[in-house]
Amino acid sequence: MQKLITIKQRWQSWFWQVLILLALLSTLGIFARNLVLNLRERGIASGFHFLGQVAGFDLAFHLLSYDHTASFGRMFLLALLNTLLVSFLGIIFASLIGLLVALARLSKNPLLRFLASSYVEVLRNIPLLLQLFFWYFAVLRQLPGPRQSFSLGGYVFLNNRSLAIPFPEDASAAPLLLLGFLVGLILGHYLNRYARRLRIERGSYPIFTLGSFLLPLAVPALFALLFSRHWTLSFPELQGFNFSGGLQLIPEFVSLVLALSLYTAAFISEIIRAGVLSVGSGQLEAAQALGLSRRDSLRLIVLPQAMRVIIPPLSSQYLNLTKNSSLAAAIAFPDLVLVFAGTALNITGQAVELMGLTMLVYLSLSLSISFMMNRYQAQTSRYLGQGGH
Amino acid sequence: MQGLRHTFGLAFIKRSPIQSFFTAFVLLGVLYLVWPAFVWLFIKAQYVGVDRSSCTGDGACWVFVRQRLGQFIFGFYEPSEVWRPLLIALAWILAAIPLIWKNCPARKVSSFVALFGLPILSWFVLRGGWLGLSYIETARWGGLMLTLLISAIGIMLSLPIGILLALGRRSTLPILRWLSVAFIELWRGVPLITVLFMASVMLPLFLPPGFEVDKLLRCLIGVVCFTSAYLAEVVRGGLQAVPKGQYEAAAALGLRFWPSMSLVIMPQALRLVIPGLVNSFISLFKDTSLVLIIGMFDLLGMVQAASTDPEWLGFALEGYLFAGLIFWLFCFSMSRSSLRLERRLQESSQR
Amino acid sequence: MKSFWLGILGFAAIFIYTHAQADTLGEITKRGYIKCGVSQGLAGFSSPDKTGAWRGLDVDFCRALAAATLGDANKVKFTALSAKERFTALQSGEIDILSRNTSWTIVRDASLGVDFVGVIYYDGQGFLVSKKAGVKTAKELNGASICVNLGTTTELNLADYFRSRNLTYKLVTFEKNDEVVAAYDAGRCDAMSSDRSGLYADRSKLKKPDEHIILPETISKEPLGPVVRHGDNRWADIARWTLFALLEAEELKVNSHNLDQLRSSTNPSIRRLLGFEGDLGKNFGLKPDWALQIIKQIGNYQEIYDRHLGKDSPLNIARGQNALWNEGGLQYPMPFR
Repeated sequence: MQKLITIKQRWQSWFWQVLILLALLSTLGIFARNLVLNLRERGIASGFHFLGQVAGFDLAFHLLSYDHTASFGRMFLLALLNTLLVSFLGIIFASLIGLLVALARLSKNPLLRFLASSYVEVLRNIPLLLQLFFWYFAVLRQLPGPRQSFSLGGYVFLNNRSLAIPFPEDASAAPLLLLGFLVGLILGHYLNRYARRLRIERGSYPIFTLGSFLLPLAVPALFALLFSRHWTLSFPELQGFNFSGGLQLIPEFVSLVLALSLYTAAFISEIIRAGVLSVGSGQLEAAQALGLSRRDSLRLIVLPQAMRVIIPPLSSQYLNLTKNSSLAAAIAFPDLVLVFAGTALNITGQAVELMGLTMLVYLSLSLSISFMMNRYQAQTSRYLGQGGH
Repeated sequence: MQGLRHTFGLAFIKRSPIQSFFTAFVLLGVLYLVWPAFVWLFIKAQYVGVDRSSCTGDGACWVFVRQRLGQFIFGFYEPSEVWRPLLIALAWILAAIPLIWKNCPARKVSSFVALFGLPILSWFVLRGGWLGLSYIETARWGGLMLTLLISAIGIMLSLPIGILLALGRRSTLPILRWLSVAFIELWRGVPLITVLFMASVMLPLFLPPGFEVDKLLRCLIGVVCFTSAYLAEVVRGGLQAVPKGQYEAAAALGLRFWPSMSLVIMPQALRLVIPGLVNSFISLFKDTSLVLIIGMFDLLGMVQAASTDPEWLGFALEGYLFAGLIFWLFCFSMSRSSLRLERRLQESSQR
Repeated sequence: MKSFWLGILGFAAIFIYTHAQADTLGEITKRGYIKCGVSQGLAGFSSPDKTGAWRGLDVDFCRALAAATLGDANKVKFTALSAKERFTALQSGEIDILSRNTSWTIVRDASLGVDFVGVIYYDGQGFLVSKKAGVKTAKELNGASICVNLGTTTELNLADYFRSRNLTYKLVTFEKNDEVVAAYDAGRCDAMSSDRSGLYADRSKLKKPDEHIILPETISKEPLGPVVRHGDNRWADIARWTLFALLEAEELKVNSHNLDQLRSSTNPSIRRLLGFEGDLGKNFGLKPDWALQIIKQIGNYQEIYDRHLGKDSPLNIARGQNALWNEGGLQYPMPFR
C-alpha cells in the first residue's frame, strides 16, 4: 500500500515537472518563432557575419592597437578587455580599501571607527550611478585644462583630459606586462600551495611564502627589466591641444574605477568586519593561551575561520562589481556595453545578436567568478577539516 | 566626568599620548577637508530666489533645487492631479501600520491586502482612465514618485517569486530544481541595464505584432525577475539555516509540503534572513536609478534632466547632492529599521 | 481532465497562429494614437518644455501624421529614445515612426529593416569650439579631444575625416546629447561635433554661448528624415506624403491662417491638396481632408520651421538648403496629382 502511494506520487510529480518544462519550452518556442518571423518580415539582417566586417569607428581607450580596417570582432575584443581591466582593477582596489576600512572599524580608536562607519553608511546608501555622475561631472569640473595641468616633477600630469604617466612606447609593452602579471599570479598560486604543504610538515611557513604574493609584481618587473633595452620610455608632453606620449588614463576610466572601488569597498568592509566578528572571542583567547602572539593568532586562527564566512558574500560583491562596470556606458567609457551594445548596435541594427553576445559575456564572467570562488571555498573548508562531504 | 567624556565621544582623550596625537592629527586633517565643503554647502549658499540670476555667490545655489522640487518629486505628472500620488502615498503609509503594529485588528488580512492589493491599486489610480479619473500616461510619471513606485512594486512582487524559486532550487524534483537554478543564475549573471534595455526596446520583437505592454510595466517585469533571483538566493540561505530537526518535526506531525513550509519552515527561515532581504530591497531601491539610462525620469533622471536645462546649466552638483541625500535618507532608514526589527525578533525568539 | 486537454489545445493554438500582413494604419486607428520616437532633447527638433510637452520640428511631423491619419494632432504618444535605442525600438514595433533627426544612409536603409520616407531637414556635420582655443578651421583640430553622441553617423564621419587627412583626435562618446553638452561645457573636450543645426541648439545651452563658435567646415551630408519599419508600404507612403503635404502647402502658400479664405480658391492645385476636389487620400485609406487637417492643426513646413528653428525661435537658423527648390533650396515636394 505504502509503495503504491509512492509510485503514484512519483508519477504525479514527474507529470507536473514535465508539464512545467513543456510550458516553458513552448513559451520560449513562441518567442523564438515570433522573433524569426518579425525579423524576416521586417527585413532585419541577422547572423554573426557582421563580426568580420570593418567597424569604422574609434575607441577612446584601448589596450591593444587597431587600425582603420579593424573589424567588429576586434572591437568586441578591445571593449571586452576594457571591461575586464576595469573590473579587475576595481576588485583589487575595492578589496584593499575595504580591508583598510574594516580594520578602522575594528580599531580601538573611536574617531577612526566613527570615520570608517560614516564612510560605509554614506557610500553604500547612495546609488552607484549617482556616485559615478558625482565623480565624473562634479569632480571633473574642478580639474584644470591641459595647459594648466597639475604636474609631478614634469613626468606625471593631471588635467581634465587625462592622467598622463610615462610608459614604454612599444606596442607590445602593455600585453607583455599583463602576461607577466598573469604568469606571476599563477606561479604565486603554486608557490603558495607548496609553502602551505611545507608548513604542515614543518609547522611554520618558509620564508619564501612572502614571494608568492610578490610574484605578480616581480614577474612583470623582470619582464620590464629584460626588455627595457628595446623599449624607449615615452614621456607625456603637451602637443597642441593635449598631452601625447606616455600612458594616458582618460577621466572616464579614472572616475569609473574610483566610483566602483569606493562603492564596493563599503560593502566589502562590512563583510570583512562581520567575518572577523563571527569568530568567537574564545578562539582568540584560546590561541593566546596556547602562547601564540596576537599577530599569529589573528593570522593562523581568526583569519582562516573568518575567511569561511567572508568568501561567499565577497564573491558576490566581486560579481556585482563586474556587472556594475557596465554603468561605464553612462559616463562615456568604452566598455563592452557602450561599444558593443551601443555604437555597434547602432551601425548594424542587430540587437538580438549584439545584446545576446553582451549578456553571454557577463553571464560567463559571473559564472566563472562564482566557480572560482566555490572552488576556493571548497579548498578552505577542506583545509579546515570541515565540509567536503 | 568619565560619563561626560563618553557622551561626547571624547573618551579617547585619556589615552596614551601617541594615540591622542594621532587622533588629533586625523581630526585636523578631516576638518581641513570638511570645513570648505561645509562653508560651500551652507554658509555661503544661496537659498532664496527665482532663477539663476540669484546664484552669484561662491556657495551652493539651492534655489535650483527649490525651483524644481515639484518635478523632482512628481516628474511631469499633471500638476492638478498631484493629489493622486499623495493619496497613494498616504495609503502606503496606512498599509504599513499592520506590519509594524503587532496588535492591529485583522492583522493578517490587512497585511495581505496591503501586500497584493496596493501595488495594483496604485497602478490604476495613478494611471487613471476610469472612475472619472483622467488618463495620465506612464511616460509622464517621474521623479521620486517613480523611484518609490518601481521599488515598492518590485519588492512586493519579487518576494513571493523569490520564495518559490528558493523552494524550487531546494526541491527534490530534478527538472524543477534545474529550471530554478537556471533562472536564478541567468538573472544574477547579467547586468540590470542590459535587462532594462531588453525590456524597454527589444521585447516587442519577441511578441506577436500588435501585442502591447506598457513600457513601465515591462521594465517592472524585468526588475522583478532580476530582484527575485537575488531574493531567491537570500531565502535559500535561510532555508539552509533552519535546523534539519524542524523539517523532520513538521513531517512527523503529518504536515504535507505546503503546510509544513508555510507554517513551520518559512517563518523561521524568513526571520533568519531579514537583514539579507532588507539589503536586497535597498539595492533594488538604488538600482531603480538605472531606468534613467533607458529614458525614464526617476529622481536621478529628473535631476539630471533639470541640470542640463540651459536655464540651470552648471548646477549639477547641487542637484546630485540633493538626489544623494534623498536616496541616502530612504536607504539609511531602511537599514536602521531592519536592524531594529532584527533585534526585536532576536529578543522574541529568545523569550 | 477535459479542461486540462482544452488548455493544451489552447496552448498549441498560440503556436499555429500566423503573422498577418503588417497594417500599421489599421493598428493606429484601432489603438487611437500614434507611437512616435523622438530624441531625448535637442532644441528645435524635439525637446520637452517645462511642463513635459514635446516641441520641435520632429515632434510636429508626428503631430502632422496624427492629424492626417486620426484627424487629431494630439493623438500622439512620444517616446524619448537615445541614439542607440532608436532603430531597435522601431524594428521591434515599440514605435510606429521614428522622427528623431536620423540621417539617411545606404547601410541603414538596406540592413536595419527600416525605410526612410524623405528628408525633413538637410544637415551636415560641423564642429563647435571655444573661441579661446583660437581655431579657425577644422584642419587645426589635430590631436583635439572631441565629444560626440554615441551611436550616430557622427562617430563614423569623424573617423573618416581625420584619417583621410592623417590627423589624430581623441573621441569621447556619450549616450545622451545633454551629456555631450555638459561634458563639453565642463572642458572635457576641445570640440564638440554633431549636425550643424544641433550645434546651434546646443550652443544656446552652454553657460556662455558667445564664447563658442561653429567652424565653417561641413564634413558630411546629413539628410535627416522620418523612418518607418520595413514591410508596410502603405504606412511608408502615408508618412512620405505627409511630409510632401507640408512642403506642397508652403509652395502653394497655404498656411494655417489663410486656410478658411482658400475654401473659395479656384487654384486646382490648392483644391486638390485640401481635398475640395478629387480624393487623394482614398488610396492611402485616409479621409479626403487629410492634408487640410495637417495644415489646419500644425501649419505648413515654413510655419513649423519658423516656430522651432527659424526666425520665431531662439535658434534663428536661416533656411539655407532647407528652402524650397524654387527659392534656391533642396526641398522639393513631389507633384500632388
